[in-house]
Amino acid sequence: MENAAALLLAVLWILPLAYAVWAAFHPPEYATRFDLTAPLTLGNFQRAWAVAPFARYIVNTVLLVTMVLAAQFVLCTLAAYAFARFAFPGRDLAFALVLVQILIVPEVLLVENYTTLSRLDLVDTVPAIGLPYMASAFGIFLLRQTFKQVPRDLEEAAQVEGAGVLRVLLSVYVPLARPTYLAYGLVSVSYHWNNFLWPLVVTNSVETRPITVGLGIFAAPETGVSWAVISAGTLLSVAPLLVAFLLFQRQFVQSFMRAGIK
Amino acid sequence: MRRLLGGRRLDAVHGWLLLLPAAVLLATFTHYPILASLVDSVRSTPRGGQPAVFVGLENYGFMAADPIFWRVMGNNVVFALGTIPASIVLALLMATWIDRRLPARALVRLAYFTPTILPMVAVANIWLFFYTPQFGLLDQVRALFGAAHHNWLGDPSTVMGCLIVMTVWKEAGFFSIFYLAALQHLPPDLKEAAAIEGTPRWTFFRRVTLPLLMPTTLFVLVNATINSFKLVDQLFILTKGGPDNASNLLLYYLYEVAFGYNDWAYAATLTVLLLAILAVLAIAQFGLIERRVHYR
Repeated sequence: MENAAALLLAVLWILPLAYAVWAAFHPPEYATRFDLTAPLTLGNFQRAWAVAPFARYIVNTVLLVTMVLAAQFVLCTLAAYAFARFAFPGRDLAFALVLVQILIVPEVLLVENYTTLSRLDLVDTVPAIGLPYMASAFGIFLLRQTFKQVPRDLEEAAQVEGAGVLRVLLSVYVPLARPTYLAYGLVSVSYHWNNFLWPLVVTNSVETRPITVGLGIFAAPETGVSWAVISAGTLLSVAPLLVAFLLFQRQFVQSFMRAGIK
Repeated sequence: MRRLLGGRRLDAVHGWLLLLPAAVLLATFTHYPILASLVDSVRSTPRGGQPAVFVGLENYGFMAADPIFWRVMGNNVVFALGTIPASIVLALLMATWIDRRLPARALVRLAYFTPTILPMVAVANIWLFFYTPQFGLLDQVRALFGAAHHNWLGDPSTVMGCLIVMTVWKEAGFFSIFYLAALQHLPPDLKEAAAIEGTPRWTFFRRVTLPLLMPTTLFVLVNATINSFKLVDQLFILTKGGPDNASNLLLYYLYEVAFGYNDWAYAATLTVLLLAILAVLAIAQFGLIERRVHYR
């Protein structure tokens, strides 16, 4: 009885996506006719690819996600190390100020941040999309937790061998925090692959637009593209992340769990 | 040890140097814009060569008298009340089901979690076709039963319902991840004791599992509430806040005021209000974290 309910809910939950797959792989006239003998086609994907520069959008998104993640790893590692292992005046206040960003995500401050970036003359560049997110409070918080659990003896052993501050960080702390980096990396990549509002505000050309914004423009009713082609475009946009999720489902779920335990 | 190697002052210098790059970016894109919103909210919008001047609480007065603002706030409340309880109940159900041995468990889990990994824009695209009048899936299915066509997204009385159903579909699986984590950390001897005593499953769930999951429920509750104020991507695709602001939400309205009407002062005022709402939720969450510690 309960098993049946669980399965029924699962079917319901997968239906919208399954339906988009159906529409994308069949000619437009079969969009609402479920005929199992309907011919399969890749035509919708070709149309979508021709109507909008999806390849360019995906390149922009990959660039954005890579840039943000690399910057986050560097900045959050340095800051987390400072909070975990150094006593300096104002540390607790600084940490409280960092935590503000966990709650007030950059997209809430989009008006002022847009003004700042236009003053810096960075509007409509890929780095501008990533800048507000690069010093991630969430990343600092997670890494600080991890670094605090590293035994002091390991650090002291490295110091005896003459390692400096950065040397100790790179040879002792970073390798031990690998699972945290993986978890945070997955959360960050999926967040920025899917982010929409802020990139929409700060980009206005094909050269910089990430895939979500491109998809939003492509699917606007006034473009007059058929439903089948929109489905194909939508699947193209989510495919990379979805495939990664299907392959590494366990890691994704564990990362989100780890992220939730604040 | 480090004392010997250079002492406390060196520690302080190293600490601040390590923090500096992140601190500069956080100050630029989080702390400064918060203060700038406060300042801009008590000044006028510069127009036609007129610089901004101090106007006190005039913008706040304008907000209090703005019927669209009240409509938007009402929508946000409806959106929160519509999405949050439903998402929590479904998330709890999903987690309990995945936690048991059921046939095709891996596939069921995949089905529940997949919507969470899709961008909201993509989800809105798919659902847009369900809601399309006459040609959409919903109307096609209803037509089989002889029901008339209905413009789901164009009707003020049904548009919020459409957004709510879609959002629950997208969010429930995400929250079930936290419930699943909590369920897997429950002490197993409780279950064994209940099995020996012959406690009915529903009684055990209600009297033992549910209270133990309370911290998770509170965590999810606060996060879902915060999300209900931050999730507006779907409006760009589905409704643009229409018809006649019937589906407009605070952050989307803020976007319209800023980038549609270029009313920067009013946008800053709305930002301050949104920040205040988030701050209240944060204080609530801090209270809950205290309680979580108490539970452990």
